Amino acid sequence: MEASAASAAGARAVPSLGAARRRWGEALIKALLILAALISVLTTTGIVIALLRETIDFFGEVGVWEFLSGGKWTPLFEPASFGVRPLVVGTFLVTGVALLVAAPLGLGAAIYLSEYAKPRVRKTIKPILEILAGVPTIVFGYFALTFFTPNVLQDLLHLKVDLFNALAAGIIMGFMILPTIASVAEDAMSAVPQSLREGAYGLGASKLQVSVRVVFPAALSGIVAAIVLGVSRAVGETMIVLLASGAVANNSLNPTEPHQSLAAFIGATAGGDTPTGSIEYKTIFAVGMLLFVITLIMNLISIRFVRKYRQVYE
Amino acid sequence: MSATSEAIQAAPASRRAKDTAFRVALMACLGLSILLLGVLLYDVVKDGAGHLDADFISSFTSISADKAGAQAAIWGTIWLMGICAVFIVPVGVATAIYLEEYADNDRWYNRLIEVNIQNLAAVPSVVYGILGLAFLVRGPLALGNTVLAGGLTLGLLVLPVVIIAGREAIRAVPPSIREGSMALGATQWQTIWRQVLPASIPGIATGVILALSRAIGETAPLIVVGAATVIAFNPDGLDSQFTALPIQIFDWINRASNDVNNYKPLAAAAILLLMIMLILMNSVAIWLRNRYEQKW
Repeated sequence: MEASAASAAGARAVPSLGAARRRWGEALIKALLILAALISVLTTTGIVIALLRETIDFFGEVGVWEFLSGGKWTPLFEPASFGVRPLVVGTFLVTGVALLVAAPLGLGAAIYLSEYAKPRVRKTIKPILEILAGVPTIVFGYFALTFFTPNVLQDLLHLKVDLFNALAAGIIMGFMILPTIASVAEDAMSAVPQSLREGAYGLGASKLQVSVRVVFPAALSGIVAAIVLGVSRAVGETMIVLLASGAVANNSLNPTEPHQSLAAFIGATAGGDTPTGSIEYKTIFAVGMLLFVITLIMNLISIRFVRKYRQVYE
Repeated sequence: MSATSEAIQAAPASRRAKDTAFRVALMACLGLSILLLGVLLYDVVKDGAGHLDADFISSFTSISADKAGAQAAIWGTIWLMGICAVFIVPVGVATAIYLEEYADNDRWYNRLIEVNIQNLAAVPSVVYGILGLAFLVRGPLALGNTVLAGGLTLGLLVLPVVIIAGREAIRAVPPSIREGSMALGATQWQTIWRQVLPASIPGIATGVILALSRAIGETAPLIVVGAATVIAFNPDGLDSQFTALPIQIFDWINRASNDVNNYKPLAAAAILLLMIMLILMNSVAIWLRNRYEQKW
């Protein structure tokens, strides 16, 4: 092939360097590649259509306002009630606890890795954080339920928590999202130009001052992006909440009680044998729609912030 | 900045103390994360190591906890990973090639594909389960609760990982290689197939392994597409019912909290097995990255 292509080019000699013979093989390959790229677009379309179709059906039976503002969530019992607020409360309670753990620890780790750690130290620590990021969420769920709640919260700290509680789920979820926050924030801090640091040192600033007053504000948009991304992962996390926080839709803001989140409700209800068309089936999709919209908005915000810091420094 | 210079004159010693304290606090942040990982691994090994033996790998799950094993789950996971790999490698690599080598970034539809992939990477995994349930298990494809539907659902879930890694690997091949090939008369596809792809295979392979290591631990989407929990046979075809390691773990944890039989060590042993598989996969990925990393 190579030889024939070369000799063909040679035989045609100089005249039309620009307009080569149209190659149908090349065009076909390009078409196939486009088809592959379209699969990812189709996936998004599929998600939206699947969610939308059943959600519209769902709102044929349940009022939109009743769903969004109601405070009682008992879709599977008689009398059925479809107020989604307890699930939203549960979702953001667990996410809030997770963020209280992951934001300080993750940003601390990021500052250390970006500003303090020697290259050799960074090279050993980053793979450890990658392992933490790769632990399957079901393993975190197991750990929260069978170790963290009984051994740490109850025995070590003497807290009065239920066996299933939002606190353990949130803390362990914090460690799940910590590597994400640390790695995105570290990227943002490393992208801050060296000249800014040198300028500050030249004015007599200490390392602490350079890190906190120069690098941190300069990387702020990337740091915000990291946190928003972490929150969006926490909101969508199913298994930790399902295993460690129980299956009770709960309106209270007390994290020592059991709580159910949007994602955990889907995991607990969709067992594969839910009949198509039943109100149970439609409820799964309506809750999925709400979850999808929340995480989509957060991800769009995060992409915006990442783009902002890239524009400034690259 | 005037505050800074005052501080220097005022108390250099206290400033050094503050600096040290900050450094220690930062190290504590990292230390705590590493400590948690250590305790988690220790806890799983302590609970599960005693149960992880040949019997555990070769027996099916059972109503009696002593005799239960994970054979069906192990084979189910192997089938799922196989299907997932067969799907994500061609589709992921083709998408990456299109976006890096062909797509004109000024066209709106190419930018749409890019933003779309970024967004897909952040969609919660349970929502992929819903997609699989509505379109693969039921609806137009109607595959049923089969291992094929499960594998494809996981494939769609991790496809963005392969695409993003593939694009980075392709982008790392310097333009001079392409120009050299084209100057010798190769067509665009010949250049990609014989120069660009071979040079980016290590990066792509690393991406594929990382994608599979994410897929192997996913539980929520498999629950939603209807993986079975109690099954005493291995998959024997694409249309076979299946279970998988994470599903088996989930089932055993649930039983542990409301059953007289003690299922907790079983769950821990299965977790250990899953973690061993994960660490093996990640080691291969790291080895590939270091062994074949090419500096141009």
